[in-house]
Amino acid sequence: MNISLPQPTITPISQPFWDYIQEKKFYLQCCQDCHKWVFYPRAHCPDCFGSDLKWQAASGNGKLTTWSVVHRAGHPAWQERAPYVVGIVELEEGPSLLTHLLIDEQDLYYQLPVEINFQSINGFLLPFFQEKGVRV
Amino acid sequence: MVKRPKGAIIGIGELPPVRYSEGKTTLSLIAESVQLALADAGLNKEDIDGLLVGPQVGETPQHVPATVSEYLGIAPTMSNTVDLGGATGAGMVWRAAAAIEAGMCETVICVLANKNEKGNIPRSPNRNPIREFDVPFGASGANTSYALLKRLHMESYGSKQEDFARIAYWARKNACNNPKAIFYDKPVELEDILQSPLIADPLRLLEIVMPCAGGAAVIVTTEEKAGQAKKKPVYIKGAGEKITHRAVSQAPAVDQHPFAFSIPHALKQAGITGQDLDLLSLYDCYTSVVAVQLESIGICQPGQFGSLMREHTFGHDGDYPLNTHGGQLGFGQADLAGGMSHIVEAVTQLRGEAEGRQIPEAKHALVTGNGATLSETTALVLGGEPS
Repeated sequence: MNISLPQPTITPISQPFWDYIQEKKFYLQCCQDCHKWVFYPRAHCPDCFGSDLKWQAASGNGKLTTWSVVHRAGHPAWQERAPYVVGIVELEEGPSLLTHLLIDEQDLYYQLPVEINFQSINGFLLPFFQEKGVRV
Repeated sequence: MVKRPKGAIIGIGELPPVRYSEGKTTLSLIAESVQLALADAGLNKEDIDGLLVGPQVGETPQHVPATVSEYLGIAPTMSNTVDLGGATGAGMVWRAAAAIEAGMCETVICVLANKNEKGNIPRSPNRNPIREFDVPFGASGANTSYALLKRLHMESYGSKQEDFARIAYWARKNACNNPKAIFYDKPVELEDILQSPLIADPLRLLEIVMPCAGGAAVIVTTEEKAGQAKKKPVYIKGAGEKITHRAVSQAPAVDQHPFAFSIPHALKQAGITGQDLDLLSLYDCYTSVVAVQLESIGICQPGQFGSLMREHTFGHDGDYPLNTHGGQLGFGQADLAGGMSHIVEAVTQLRGEAEGRQIPEAKHALVTGNGATLSETTALVLGGEPS
């Protein structure tokens, strides 16, 4: 059985996010009313409920708040790549996202500075993260 | 005066969990569970005028109440699907009481059941943010999400693997006193838990519930009707609920998880403190979920569940009787019906029907439910006497 890695299920709201990612650009929505950054993409700001969201370049930097070395994947296609590391990155801009980490298990620690690293899965770029300033 | 729910549980029915349910459907397991609860309450199905059911992924995505009503041959005046993951069972009990108080019905059956077939694991039909932004990165399924939350607790508070393992240890030890538990005759030592295979580090196999098949139903009615019930009624003394997020990346801060709100709310409505509880019937899909609940009851400080586990005993005759049926870690998790097991055990204990694992003079029980990734939580205080 050949099961491929699951790709993002893109919506009209999130399309710009993925379009920028394919250009190796990391853009997030920023609320023009309360000036908070928004992730994941929405039609409104989840903080002030304003509707004036603008796509702006984000730093791609953040800190690692938690991680897991996955030995038994929840998806059969990912099981072929186990063990691998996923984690949650708190971005410099405020929001947190879940991502795949290109970091060895022994180098992981709480609040580790990380940066974006675009990786191609089935020809589609995804925002993975790596340890900041380290050649992967 | 604090407003509190009214109503009582007058019937319980539960199928012993089995690993696989060949030859059964979810609807047939629902009907079996309802039959048991009606027999326990001494009622006929014609006495039921309210029905609460759960979602049935892959079988009946819509119109679940009508499908179940038709299958059972009942015509309720109130029916609904409750969709709170593992908090569904506890959430149903509060909603049943609320519907009764609102005049929608008088006697509600709350039922959850699930089949489990070998090799038949339906893939998620989700097309939502968690599918778009978590799954493509390798974070599918609950194990990974709960591993991330467990790691956050360890990093924030310094909690240790041994602390979490003790929760699984007591669940498995207590399961050895419950013949219905799937791990009834399978004791484990602390070291077995600590050496069990890593699934999603830092979560190990024996800290995770085993999926199985089963079902359970409870019957909720008015306090007046409960006075004439066949068995000793169990009263709803307080309730609390909080829903905060869905995807683990959107979870609130480590000390702002939803149990920090729902459990104190239920205790306040009941007018008691954590020290007044005779049974902690706490939803335990993973050890780490019990940890944050222990820290929300007022019997230890946030981050300090580890010393509580080290310094106390948690059997039916212990300092803090915890999941005396074995919890889902020891009893088995029949999908959404797993959450019902915590209600059924609380009713059993408060009736004084727990036989070899009976808590002496049990008056108050805390029952909880938890769904998604520590996202949807419901807490109930149940008591043996009306207020």
